[in-house]
Amino acid sequence: MIRLSILFILFMTCQAIAQDIVGGLSQKRVAITARFEGSEILIFGAVKRDAPTEDNVEVIITVAGPSEPITVRRKSREFGIWINTAAVEVDAAPSFYSIATTAPLGEILTNTEDLRHKISIPRAIRSVGAPQTIADANTFTDALVRIRKQEDLYQLNEGSVSLADQTLFQTFITLPANLVEGSYETRIFLTRDGEVISTYTTAIDVQKVGLERWLYTLAHDQPLIYGFLSLFIAIAAGWGAAATFRLLNL
Amino acid sequence: MQIYLPIAEVSVNAFLLLGLGGLVGILSGMFGVGGGFLMTPLLFFIGIPPAVAVATEANQIVASSFSGVLAHLKRKTVDLRMGTVLLIGGLIGAALGVVIFNYLKSLGQVDLLVRLCYVVFLGIIGSLMFVESLRAIRRAKNPGTAPKRRKHNWIHALPFKMKFRVSGLYISVIPPVLVGISVGVLAAIMGVGGGFIMVPAMIYLLGMPTKVVVGTSLFQIIFVTAFTTLLHATTNFTVDIVLAVLLLVGGVIGAQIGTRIGTRMKAEQLRILLAIMVLAVCGKLAFDLLVQPTELYSVGVGGHS
Repeated sequence: MIRLSILFILFMTCQAIAQDIVGGLSQKRVAITARFEGSEILIFGAVKRDAPTEDNVEVIITVAGPSEPITVRRKSREFGIWINTAAVEVDAAPSFYSIATTAPLGEILTNTEDLRHKISIPRAIRSVGAPQTIADANTFTDALVRIRKQEDLYQLNEGSVSLADQTLFQTFITLPANLVEGSYETRIFLTRDGEVISTYTTAIDVQKVGLERWLYTLAHDQPLIYGFLSLFIAIAAGWGAAATFRLLNL
Repeated sequence: MQIYLPIAEVSVNAFLLLGLGGLVGILSGMFGVGGGFLMTPLLFFIGIPPAVAVATEANQIVASSFSGVLAHLKRKTVDLRMGTVLLIGGLIGAALGVVIFNYLKSLGQVDLLVRLCYVVFLGIIGSLMFVESLRAIRRAKNPGTAPKRRKHNWIHALPFKMKFRVSGLYISVIPPVLVGISVGVLAAIMGVGGGFIMVPAMIYLLGMPTKVVVGTSLFQIIFVTAFTTLLHATTNFTVDIVLAVLLLVGGVIGAQIGTRIGTRMKAEQLRILLAIMVLAVCGKLAFDLLVQPTELYSVGVGGHS
């Protein structure tokens, strides 16, 4: 509701030269099969205008996986051994987060707008209470971002969106193989002088299919049967190997 | 070839897992250890979430131990009676161990405790075995000094005596049950089948012949890990069947090969190799605790822990 009203106000202030953004995806569904090796999604769209304008607009695209609470731990040396001594809980961190822009993020988005729309990676992570005993809580969220960036789960691709004639834009977002199921919220922001003037939101549906789906459902709905199935496979394989070796007389 | 694991939700190389399974399977068949204490850290290393690694590993051990036991049964090197007695103790111990584990978890720092447990136990068991088998090898080279084994002591004065024909023992059931219980407790706390503690305990505390120990250890590991698998599958939903299949295909073949290597080796050689392996794992764990890690931070899914 708040977001809608903000949009409405923004819309009213921009009435003079109304610019709107519309977008689309090359695929709205990503199917995780046994051989899933990641996916590349084309995100494209256009800027709608009443009249031609001289304004320079920029485009920011974000794709965010489902959020979950996270605990970041830090090791330190106690009595000569390295152990986890401090921990900070992050209330919600997206399992995947990718930003693609037309230009360096700092130049096309003000801090206030970033705060409002939670666009940059540190803003996309929601962290409230760190324990009183930890003074440098932000180093923990930095560490989270650093670790996830190394795993290609957090991506910042500045300048990877191509914008033709201030109207048509497109980019590719690479989804890594280590994807979690869920709805991946995709947001497209149109900015001018660092202010967001239009947004477009859609979602990519990431789901396991086929055998993966069946096993996942079985494991959660019929855990006992699933457990016995695992044991049955184990015993059968053990017996199979023993029988084969005996037949071959090794 | 990359395969996406449905429960672990990560993508892994299938051939790497087949190879790992095979390697650990060989060790399992040779020494009568499940191999969990080796495989679990390896799985962490390739990015499998810890909870899934521990649960799935149990399932894989069922397969490789079963494969190994069948090979040992053929060679009549399994003491089923002793195995059953140890198993009864083991299950009681495991139940106790889970209670202790949950209590420690509520105190926090359970992870550290488990690691220290590993370092201390592996270190003690490894060095004792190493020294003992070195002496045995030396004795074998100088046959002048006759080995002095199977002394009569207080253990033989205990009641409830039972004949363990395959092991050539006539002892009270109390020591095996106690060994079973203590190994069970440790196994539950440390999250492993306990083969690497059980094997030395059977050799040194119960005085069983090394050849019989391997098969008997595998026999009781099957039941302990099968129970663990079911427990994990029904309470945490963390058994990844695809991961398990990849690991166990390598594992069952490896176990067959390992058994054949094991039966061709001398008992002392087998013991000294196991000692070296145990010491190596101990050294690695101690190294991790003592040397500054490159990344001080770690990310865990979920809030309060």
